[in-house]
Amino acid sequence: MPPAVGGGLAGSELRPRRGRCGSQAARAVGPDVATEATARSPKRPAPSSRRFEAPGRWALLALVTLMSFATRFHRLDQPPHICWDETHFGKMGSYYINRTFFFDVHPPLGKMLIGLAGHLSGYDGTFLFQKPGDEYEHHSYLGMRGFCAFLGALLIPFAYLTVLELSQSLPAALLTAALLTFDTGCLTLSQYILLDPILMFFIMAAMLSMVKYNSCANRPFSAPWWLWLSLTGVNLAGALGVKFVGLFIILQVGWNTVSDLWHLFGDLSLSMVTVGKHLTARILCLIVLPLALYTATYAVHFMVLNRSGPGDGFFSSAFQARLSGNNLHNASIPEHLAYGSVITVKSARMAVGYLHSHGHLYPEGIGARQQQVTTYLHKDYNNLWIIKKHNTNSDPLDPSLPVEFVRHGDVIRLEHKETSRNLHSHYHEAPLTRKHYQVTGYGINGTGDSNDFWRIEVVNRKFGNRIKVLRSRIRLIHLVTGCVLGSSGKVLPKWGWEQLEVTCTPYLKETLNSIWNVEDHINPKLPNISLDVLQPSFPEIMLEAHMVMIRGNNGLKPKDNEFTSKPWHWPINYQGLRFSGINDTDFRVYLLGNPVVWWLNLLSIALYLLSGSIFAVALQRGARLPAEVEGLSQVLLQGGGQLLLGWMMHYFPFFLMGRILYFHHYFPAMLFSSMLTGLLWDILLRLCAWSLASFSLAGHVHTLGILSLLLGIAYRGHEFEPWSEKIPHAMEQLSLCATTTEPALYSLRATTTEAREPQLLKPARLDPVLHNKRSHCCEKPVHHNKE
Amino acid sequence: MLGFLQRPVVVTADINLNVVALTAVGLLSRLWQLAYPRAVVFDEVYYGQYISFYMKRIFFFDGSGPPFGHMLLALGGYLGGFDGNFLWNRIGAEYSTNVPVWSLRLLPALAGALSVPMAYQIVWELGFSHCAAVGAALLILIENALITQSRLMLLESALIFFNLLAVLSYLKFSNSQKHGPFSPSWWFWLVLTGVACACAVGIKYVGVFTYLLVLGVAAVHAWHLIGDQTLSNVGADVLGRARLAGGSGGQGVRVLCHLLARAVALLVIPVLVYLLFFYVHLLVLCRSGPHDQIMSSAFQASLEGGLARITQGQPLEVAYGSQVTLKNAFGQPVPCWLHSHQSTYPVIYENGRGSSHQQQVTCYPFKDVNNWWIVKDPGRHQLVVNNPPRPVRHGDVVQLVHGMTTRLLNTHDVAAPLSPHSQEVSCYIDYNVSMPAQNLWRLDIVNRESDTDVWKTILSEVRFVHVNTSAILKLSGAPLPDWGFRQLEVVGEQLSRGYHGSTVWSVEEHRYGRSQEQKERELELHSPTQTDVSRNLSFMARFSELQWRMLTVRSDDSEHKYSSTPLDWVMLDTNIAYWLHPRTSAQIHLLGNIVIWASASLATLVYALLFIWYLFRRRRRVCDLPEDCWLRWALAGALCAGGWAVNYVPFFMMEKTLFLYHYLPALTFQILLLPVVLEHISDHLCRSQLQRSLFGALVVAWFASACHVSNTLRPLTYGDRSLSPSELKALRWKDSWDILIRKY
Repeated sequence: MPPAVGGGLAGSELRPRRGRCGSQAARAVGPDVATEATARSPKRPAPSSRRFEAPGRWALLALVTLMSFATRFHRLDQPPHICWDETHFGKMGSYYINRTFFFDVHPPLGKMLIGLAGHLSGYDGTFLFQKPGDEYEHHSYLGMRGFCAFLGALLIPFAYLTVLELSQSLPAALLTAALLTFDTGCLTLSQYILLDPILMFFIMAAMLSMVKYNSCANRPFSAPWWLWLSLTGVNLAGALGVKFVGLFIILQVGWNTVSDLWHLFGDLSLSMVTVGKHLTARILCLIVLPLALYTATYAVHFMVLNRSGPGDGFFSSAFQARLSGNNLHNASIPEHLAYGSVITVKSARMAVGYLHSHGHLYPEGIGARQQQVTTYLHKDYNNLWIIKKHNTNSDPLDPSLPVEFVRHGDVIRLEHKETSRNLHSHYHEAPLTRKHYQVTGYGINGTGDSNDFWRIEVVNRKFGNRIKVLRSRIRLIHLVTGCVLGSSGKVLPKWGWEQLEVTCTPYLKETLNSIWNVEDHINPKLPNISLDVLQPSFPEIMLEAHMVMIRGNNGLKPKDNEFTSKPWHWPINYQGLRFSGINDTDFRVYLLGNPVVWWLNLLSIALYLLSGSIFAVALQRGARLPAEVEGLSQVLLQGGGQLLLGWMMHYFPFFLMGRILYFHHYFPAMLFSSMLTGLLWDILLRLCAWSLASFSLAGHVHTLGILSLLLGIAYRGHEFEPWSEKIPHAMEQLSLCATTTEPALYSLRATTTEAREPQLLKPARLDPVLHNKRSHCCEKPVHHNKE
Repeated sequence: MLGFLQRPVVVTADINLNVVALTAVGLLSRLWQLAYPRAVVFDEVYYGQYISFYMKRIFFFDGSGPPFGHMLLALGGYLGGFDGNFLWNRIGAEYSTNVPVWSLRLLPALAGALSVPMAYQIVWELGFSHCAAVGAALLILIENALITQSRLMLLESALIFFNLLAVLSYLKFSNSQKHGPFSPSWWFWLVLTGVACACAVGIKYVGVFTYLLVLGVAAVHAWHLIGDQTLSNVGADVLGRARLAGGSGGQGVRVLCHLLARAVALLVIPVLVYLLFFYVHLLVLCRSGPHDQIMSSAFQASLEGGLARITQGQPLEVAYGSQVTLKNAFGQPVPCWLHSHQSTYPVIYENGRGSSHQQQVTCYPFKDVNNWWIVKDPGRHQLVVNNPPRPVRHGDVVQLVHGMTTRLLNTHDVAAPLSPHSQEVSCYIDYNVSMPAQNLWRLDIVNRESDTDVWKTILSEVRFVHVNTSAILKLSGAPLPDWGFRQLEVVGEQLSRGYHGSTVWSVEEHRYGRSQEQKERELELHSPTQTDVSRNLSFMARFSELQWRMLTVRSDDSEHKYSSTPLDWVMLDTNIAYWLHPRTSAQIHLLGNIVIWASASLATLVYALLFIWYLFRRRRRVCDLPEDCWLRWALAGALCAGGWAVNYVPFFMMEKTLFLYHYLPALTFQILLLPVVLEHISDHLCRSQLQRSLFGALVVAWFASACHVSNTLRPLTYGDRSLSPSELKALRWKDSWDILIRKY
């Protein structure tokens, strides 16, 4: 019984090479395509001779492109206020123009391009992009919108060419183009300053160049082969550089490449040297080139953004030293930690802050009534601590004494500079986290007890090493209880001034919660060195930026009791996204697909699975199909298979994602599913025509079918135009499903920028001035929270 | 009839003494001193509670896995006559005399013991030698972690047993495919595969990965079957002969029969068996218990006692004048009821925003007299039910009167205390400050069957849509500060029209109001009138609700001293201390035989490399192995290495707290691969007889060391011997192992 791999082997003999199959299909369907296309299209002059075939194709492509541009650029300037995520991506474009450092969960390329487009079109980066609904006034925003619309408009010719390449059938390609042109969702998404048109552009371009280079497979190492292969690589880099979901198209191209190489490897007519050349070419163009480009975008990103800005706090101290305007920039501090140094200690976890204490005690009933120790995000005098030896209280700054460096594994005491209390822990439960110990400030003028002793350890270093400022990642281990100092990231109640809890955790697992680094360092006895030598190298910056982005993405979790979009909502067009017009503004923009297109897509996927499996089983049973059907089935299985794979790759991973999801995440998958629809219906109608061949009208079945589909889409598309075409309309009446919107709130961003806060209800319409104070003591509710 | 007189009655017994011997030693190793220690060991404290619930037939809710595993353990308790009276509160607590420890631990131990001969059978069925098969069984036998885990009231050994059973019966089935398709034994093994898969999934959700693996292998085999042109009806059984069509049509039908049989046995039967577990579970657990609150009112009403006692005989249809309590359907963060009380919202909140200063409306997680609301017709003044009652229907506009304060539920354009994007909900107090009452609500029955549906107690899920602002009454889930007594905030949400549990409410308690006077109203109780609601909930409804809650309940990810990450498992970098004798230093650890772990991981690596090497060579038409040998090698890899991978890799994506014992199913498959790889090396890579003998000697030496390690770790496996501190220190072979040493 052969296993899966054996099946692959057996299957490979059945399938001709991809390059051949395309031409085979072309042979099977080629001639009548042209005639039908010419007969069908009234816009073209009638001649059906072969001389006009090539110009005819070009004319059709031009027509498709024209339609696409016309719809995308129609009323681009409306509405003249910020729509939805423009508030973010427009703002980030401005940051590039102003060269201010910021943090975003997506890679930089998309925003860089937006910034570039804005810069070239005369936008000066002064608009604040505060919240959706703000008027642009005199600021030039059309350049940025135009750029996005331009890329969005290119999607349709790309899809057209991809389907044409895969199926060699003009009607299929036209059908695809019509589906996308008249889909209101694609239209809306392409008209604003968003990352999605850019992302989809790169995805489709990568797909197109992959398909093109597949069809060059019979002429390896020729100029077009190299061109398309390297273009694939370039576009992959672009897709990944815009959003991390670009990874899906990389996986698809990767899968295609691996199976291609596998066929080449099994081809005994090729020598190993040739196979090696093929392999090297792909490694160069699909791995090395994209990586280099991707890295280059980051290099540009870090080079352009060299001023301190709102994103600093997300990054480590060493990183911040790069940014001009940050207090760590060009600072000079002693490099190695010594006894007597005054330091601040920063948690390695993002957005937790500095170890902090202040002259307030833990309240009654919460552990011991000793001084609070917290973490605090802002720079403050109360963040300063003095490193002392655990056993002596002599002043180490006494100039007569020699400088003694703190080494990995030393036992130290940390004294809070302002209150002279020692960092202390003991077997009391922490205020919020169960099973952790409380951390307090204890002692008077630095005299405490043995619970104040901490062992300082550098992660992944040998004992006896000195400890570097900024760079060393340290852990503080409590000597008596053996627990490790950590921040739980939980917000303390009001008694703790809503700072974050610090605990001593008995679980010695290495997590970022328990890792700290020394940021400020003051020691008059030591020579200051410029922080430039501590500056992280470029690979380190890259790595850190990625870690922060990934953590940021994971941090975008939906809250309880909040409506969130679920992946299964998307293909059925269950609910859209409100782009503009929350209340009674006259411009309402709403992202929702054309239901005809979307439901046709959904139906087509089911039909594809059905017909595809019928053909696959028939072939596996060794059924002998007529030549024409054979060609069609090859197109269906090969070309359609690629598109189906694309749809699955861009859709199913979302089911596994824990982060908050939005409707617009489905659009890349929707492009693939539209292409599949075009391809499928063309083949189905051809099969119909073939099976009815005995009837006289059979030849027209295909033509009529394609025509009616096109008309249906265009007609319905026109009807649903208002949804995205910014015409004030009571959409509720049009809605077929629940048309719910959510105030698309990225919780993380809300904390950093305050921008996405949807329009608040007025805090209080009126504060009722009470004339008669009612007594409300009749029924005192005695039920409090859970016992 | 008298045939037996002519021919002698012959019984041919075909007993493989290897299997018998392996079963015997398996039983010995797992059952020896089973009742020791007579104390709660590690997770027994957790599963024990559920056993007690089963014994007392009290409903409980456990989101960690389907009920079959718990039921197996409870079966042991039932056989041992356990009455369920034991307080499972701490690890190490001595069992009282009424706890039949031996029989409680018997079933997991049996499952563990039977895994030993099954390992033998699997390797044999994979087409390898008896020597390799015995080797695999012996490795399973002396693996300390498997011994420990199967001697306690834990689920892993049963899970491993059913995983192996599924694989074994699939192999038996596929081997009988060649000579006797559709024979009784063919059917038996096919159906057993499906049942074993369902059992594995029924014990823990991770069993689904083995199920998928078996399905995948079956799908590949079925695909080859489709492509098998030689599959004719010549020499086939009845099914084939019945079709006289012959030719390709007959073959097609025959293939179809094959496919249908597989689909039924591997897809339909597992689903039915899985449902059966829940059916038995719900049949046994018929009394209300401490976890009722998690379930919906309708579900609770189907349990004896608890809510059923309250709701029994309640009027079904809500009418104008009905007195109701409204429970939120979402149940997050806690299940709660719509509530109001005399206190008002503070004039100014802490953050400086203002409120309407009207009476608070909250959601309160406890039963309380302030949870009662009266449904009022806006057109009339009376608060009693007419005779005959006028039922409230979908789309009707109602007012909700708070029973104790007789104020009306109201919402208006004022930001809610904690969710400033939503509207405040209050009970209206007329301060005469140009803020009119907006207290009309339109009833929207979510699960209606027609647009004129009547609002029913417990069964109807309703939303309240505010008439003036079209806001929807919603539980935001945020606990109010002290002025709101830490009850949960209720808001009017304006922008939502999608379905979400937090906007859906259901009537839980219900009676027809009869008394005009406010004083009497509280006292009234009414005689039962109409249908008993509990009968209306079908098994499928209860199953789907329970299953859905089990899958969606979020356990707070607690840290644990012995939790570990998947990377720690491969080379056994961690252990779990299960139990420590209260006085001596005898202790039980989950600690594997490190020689076996390391060599099994190595074998997996060797297998992967060899496989890739062969695969590439075959692609270039260089066949190092004969075809049948290659197929055996690939199938062994698909099931054993694949079994390891599917039981291991998914843990990297799980966010829950992970422990070493999660690795044991994967480890079992890995151990099965070990003798396969060894035999392959000996047969195909050792060129000369000398090399072969040398390799054999090496294997013997390696096996002896594994036995030695197993014996050395035995005190930590059985916990039967107290070791001195120096001995314990000597056992701490890795720094990351945590072995308990008493300080005297």
